[in-house]
Amino acid sequence: MSNFLSYAIPGIPQGCEYALIAVGLVLTFRATGVFNLAFGAQAFVGAFAYDLLNQYQNWPQWAAFIVAVLIISPALGLALDRFLFRHIPTASTTAKLVSTVGLLIAIPLTIPILFGSETRYKIAFLWLNPGIVYGHLYQTPLNGTVIATTVITLAVVAGLVAVFRWSSIGLQMRAVVESRRLAQLEGVNSAGVAAAAWALSSALAGLAGVLMLPQSQSLDPTSTLTFTTLLVAGLTAAALASFRSLPLALLWSIVLGIVQNLLVWKLPSGSVLQQNVAPALPFAVLVGVLLFNPRLRNLEQNTDPMASVDPPPPPPSIQIRDRRLDIPMKWGWRVLLAGFVVSSLTWIPDNWVYPLALGLVFSIIFLSVTLMTGMAGQLSLCQATFAGVGGFTAGQMAAHFGLPILIGALLGGVVAAAVGIVVALPALRLSGLPLTLVTLAFAIFADTVLFQYSWSGAGDTGITFARPGTYFAIGSPGDSHFLILVLVILAVVMLIVHLVQRGTTGRYLAAIRGSQTGAASLGISLTRAKMTVFALSAGIAGLGGALYGSLQTVAGADDFGYGISLIWVVAVITTGAMTIEGAIQAGMGFALFQQVLNLYVPSRFNGVEAILFAVGTLTYARHPEGIVEFQKTRWMNRIARLFQRYDERHGRATPLPVGTAPGTPATPLAAPGAPGA
Amino acid sequence: MPPVPDDAVPGEWPDGTALLEARAISKRFGGVQALHDVTLSVKAGEIFGLVGPNGAGKTTLFNCLCGQLRPDGGSVRFNGEIIDSLPTYRRARLGIGRTFQRIEVFPELTVRDHLFVAARAERGDGALWKDLLNLAQPKPEEVETVERVLDMVALRDVADTPVAALSLGHCRLVELGRALAGKPRLLMADEPSSGLDVNETRALADTLRTVREEHGTAVLLVEHDLDMVAQVVDRVIVLDFGQQIAAGSLDEVMADPVVRKAYLGKTA
Repeated sequence: MSNFLSYAIPGIPQGCEYALIAVGLVLTFRATGVFNLAFGAQAFVGAFAYDLLNQYQNWPQWAAFIVAVLIISPALGLALDRFLFRHIPTASTTAKLVSTVGLLIAIPLTIPILFGSETRYKIAFLWLNPGIVYGHLYQTPLNGTVIATTVITLAVVAGLVAVFRWSSIGLQMRAVVESRRLAQLEGVNSAGVAAAAWALSSALAGLAGVLMLPQSQSLDPTSTLTFTTLLVAGLTAAALASFRSLPLALLWSIVLGIVQNLLVWKLPSGSVLQQNVAPALPFAVLVGVLLFNPRLRNLEQNTDPMASVDPPPPPPSIQIRDRRLDIPMKWGWRVLLAGFVVSSLTWIPDNWVYPLALGLVFSIIFLSVTLMTGMAGQLSLCQATFAGVGGFTAGQMAAHFGLPILIGALLGGVVAAAVGIVVALPALRLSGLPLTLVTLAFAIFADTVLFQYSWSGAGDTGITFARPGTYFAIGSPGDSHFLILVLVILAVVMLIVHLVQRGTTGRYLAAIRGSQTGAASLGISLTRAKMTVFALSAGIAGLGGALYGSLQTVAGADDFGYGISLIWVVAVITTGAMTIEGAIQAGMGFALFQQVLNLYVPSRFNGVEAILFAVGTLTYARHPEGIVEFQKTRWMNRIARLFQRYDERHGRATPLPVGTAPGTPATPLAAPGAPGA
Repeated sequence: MPPVPDDAVPGEWPDGTALLEARAISKRFGGVQALHDVTLSVKAGEIFGLVGPNGAGKTTLFNCLCGQLRPDGGSVRFNGEIIDSLPTYRRARLGIGRTFQRIEVFPELTVRDHLFVAARAERGDGALWKDLLNLAQPKPEEVETVERVLDMVALRDVADTPVAALSLGHCRLVELGRALAGKPRLLMADEPSSGLDVNETRALADTLRTVREEHGTAVLLVEHDLDMVAQVVDRVIVLDFGQQIAAGSLDEVMADPVVRKAYLGKTA
């Protein structure tokens, strides 16, 4: 019994750490209606500020606490509300989630730019000294961190429960989450209540960050996802509590912590099982809960009764393009492509050929996001994992069986497609936000467990990749050859995506995106459509991953980590996930911008490209078509108006826009976002 | 799920020759008995009304018949085949089309695309390899169906407009057209006149009659507008609090004191 307790009791403070994340997620979701993946990033800000003030400015704990947790953290929450979430009250849960992914990337990357990237080894603590053992409970030493984390977490959860259950502000928060505008009609100051909710949840994030500080030996401002490693355990506990109950989130967090510790005790010491089962437990539980907790299936629904007053989405720019632009655009693209190929083979310096090839490889991988997010409307946060599966398959096949890298890449694509189907199995029961969380859990699981083995990605060391042989006799060998080869593969993948987009599958996916219920009532098999898109998307990502490994010659778990998945997906969403051009622009933009920063900007500004793309994502809820696509629509409207004026002056009839079928009235031109546009 | 044997549910099938038969359908949501042993049969080519006050269980019954809800008890037979184990899309492919009380359109698609998708999905067509070989272009018979339905529901003027830009009334007609483009043998229309004006409602009644007369399509109609129901239906059943309280012609059931009490709260 005492042996049991000596393993179970350390699970309680561990569970309290999970609880800080779980309670934070539940609180933000209940108080603001946003599933806030950026909670970890907000916690990082609070922790960083507290450490800076306490350890480097020598402020006393109480003063550092007031400024970091009670001023800076709530101010960050207020800023998020004022500049972002206030403007997207009726956006879907997934659309808001995309914005929080952008924040998760952008916030921690901003810190090294502002405060330098040096790792800090002086770590602050709150209340009790972690170095002092204050007593023992069943042989478990109770140090300052254990006591502080447990006591403060319990007190905070009790306080929050009281606020939600008995105060009028708690009731108002719940009403505002249902519908800001409807609550306003009832006399509630919705803007003020939502701002208060953001300030409260952000302060909790700051507190969580400060409490978790002593767990790290150092604070690395460039390790952007430090505070999200506990995310899956926190997510699991929050999901077990159906994202509704704060006490249940706390309870499940503690249960999870205890079970993990007991697994370590019961499983054979030093065995593969002991090393992997305990860390994998939260992933398995999370997937199980998402699959079998029916209350979680309604997370995605936008229940705002006033959602119908929102204007309809604007048509894609191609639908309002004046037909007279057809020929210039067609030939313009061809000239550009020819110029690109000739330049790459002749005068472009070698140090630019590599990023150009990288941009093309990214474009291939990003087309998998176009399929998954743009066409199927499903946000997947594991595209880099699919790329890793394909990449490592090709690399291992080349290393062990001498398979040529291109054949290995195709095989990698097939294996990734098979893994995609396995990940899609939950899609038979899930869609929207719960399925997104499954993809995130899978990405973190692959990053921290699957890709660490020598037979897959060999951890951060990585595995060696070969370059493809020479298939043609023009240009210089090396990167230029690779670039032309990738260009050909990209053209094939673009064609595949184009054919799927305008074929039956594309139309079925558009129907499913609009209404799953309506689509099923017509005879569309949602299962088959989802399986198809997951397999195809994962296959393309796997193919791209193999080319990525081959271009880099060495690639490991770090290159296909879940943070990379997040950055890639925000890059595509920013430029436009619904169009093929969007993926190409994101791929080329991402690689070339990185090179510009490497060459011409001080190293402290590394990561600015990710910040810019992440900031772009913040507009997703308002412009789901992407910023570039939105701007294109504006320009197409302007050009169309110019043509119209010209036609009127010369007494000619304006031809119908490209997207209008002959024999039907033209859609009136309007500003993007306006009704009827 | 294995098919339910014919004798697994107590009671008799109401009519062995009917197109759709529901036997003793029950559904409970928590403490609320939404449906209790509801039995009905709809013959081929018949327009059958399903009426009752708000909360009577009409839409729940629709969802059970279409497979969007799994009933707690009872069985459904379509064209002689028990369909209890079939998911919604398989029932749709057998020839059950429906419209929704709460609009379920695809906002990004144009009206024409709605009809095209329905015409193709009805056949279960949509293999990926056909897309990749560029064999997914509309077939002549699909184009013919789409054009015919566009005229039938009077949506030709807005055929190439994305549905997000249409009014509620238009969206109702899009749903009706979409269901018809799938060439259903049974059309289940859930309050199709909601949001339509008097003229549009009259045109809708004409369309339902045309569908029945020209294509032999049976219609199961949920409707609050009793004038419209009177114009088109052959028979009705009345639900109240999940129970079937009357059946027969509309005149017969509206004269029934139990029905008058359910609707008006009094027997006179």
